[in-house]
Amino acid sequence: MRKLVVAISMLAFAGSAAFADPILDRQALMKERGKIVGGLAKVAKGDEPFDAAAVLTQLQALQANAEKFDVDTLFPKGSDTGDTTAGPKIWEDMAGFKAVEDKYLADVKAAVAAAPADADALKAQVDTMGSDCGTCHQSYRIKKG
Amino acid sequence: MAWLKKLVGAAVVVGCVGAVTGWVLSAPVTLDTQTLTQLAPGDAARGKRIFYAGGCTSCHAKPGSQGDARLRLVGGLELKTPFGTFVPPNISQDPNDGIGAWSVEDLANAMLKGVSPSGEHFYPAFPYASYARMKPSDIADLYAFLKTLPAVAGKAPGNSLAFPFNIRRGIGLWKRLYLGDQPVVALADSTPEAVMAGRYLVEGPGHCGECHTPRDFAGGTKKGEWLAGAVAAEGSGIVPNITSGKGGIGGWSEADIANYLETGFTPNFDSVGGAMVDVQRNMAELTAVDRAAIAAYLKAVPPHPNGYPARQKTAN
Repeated sequence: MRKLVVAISMLAFAGSAAFADPILDRQALMKERGKIVGGLAKVAKGDEPFDAAAVLTQLQALQANAEKFDVDTLFPKGSDTGDTTAGPKIWEDMAGFKAVEDKYLADVKAAVAAAPADADALKAQVDTMGSDCGTCHQSYRIKKG
Repeated sequence: MAWLKKLVGAAVVVGCVGAVTGWVLSAPVTLDTQTLTQLAPGDAARGKRIFYAGGCTSCHAKPGSQGDARLRLVGGLELKTPFGTFVPPNISQDPNDGIGAWSVEDLANAMLKGVSPSGEHFYPAFPYASYARMKPSDIADLYAFLKTLPAVAGKAPGNSLAFPFNIRRGIGLWKRLYLGDQPVVALADSTPEAVMAGRYLVEGPGHCGECHTPRDFAGGTKKGEWLAGAVAAEGSGIVPNITSGKGGIGGWSEADIANYLETGFTPNFDSVGGAMVDVQRNMAELTAVDRAAIAAYLKAVPPHPNGYPARQKTAN
């Protein structure tokens, strides 16, 4: 019995260790998101050539990234301290935070579904997503030195 | 005890002279007639540019406003600072609750001298320390544009400030230290026109230095650390260094800066955040020429290391 308890607790420990740092996990997702949006923004602006298939692949990657962004897992209580720029308002207004994240996911899905045919169509979508980025970072992120 | 009487008498005299001097020095100063004559009838279309460059809506629209609601300047945002809470007032065209009854001279005295139509000092949370560098003709254009915006009834709550900051008259002394119409960054006459134009937009209407420059004990911007970034005066966190010094934006090209102001995306794959979100939305309303001018100026300002302390990394 005792061995079983030890085994279970070891498993539990190993399990929690794998997901021990929601701060690092959410930062990795945000970094990936920024890279993809930044790449798409260059195409939308005309700095890079428009290739419909490549753009769609990137939009799909963006959707996969957004779907992985599970707020409950990534922003548990207590993860507001440490090496993070997540603002306290996330936990004060969790519903509001989830709402802006949901809007972003819906906008990304709409972009994938629309499959932009040219840079102008993509630009409209990138503008919408960029506005979502700003809306969230306005209230829910604290810039630190 | 005669000496004591003399001492008390002398103290009273010194006190009176001090009080009178303080009273005289702290008096609100309004614009001279020469400046007022430059307020020829303005042009609303040109004033729209000044409105967005000046960021009026960021503080004077109801917090969280989007789209056309940003033109309803009803006030009510709370700026929580170490001096207390400042609440930007209603500056819509409502004649009673807003500024619908103001003349163009009233607006010019407010923006260039920080003095209200009733002759009182405004608090410099209203960034007239920057607006003082604006051309009177731009104020006239802004006045014409404000006239096209809706009247919205409703007074915003007053400021709530701690002593001694609740004594408005004291601001007169502050103005003697910090208010002037001279540019911060001296530029040679041979400086490219775009840099000059950018200096005007950044140091004047754009009032970028109000948040991006650290302040001294009396709340004046430290000109020796101009745009070096600062601990946020309002809210929490920091406002970034936008010079080319260490920690700043030396790695950004002029095109990067202009693109950021237009789209909100940084060259480092991040997005605009905090109070800058509203500012960037205003900057997006300007022309590409204006944004390029701002970028050219920012690349020309003297580089400084960060004007805020390094981050204390805490262990998880």
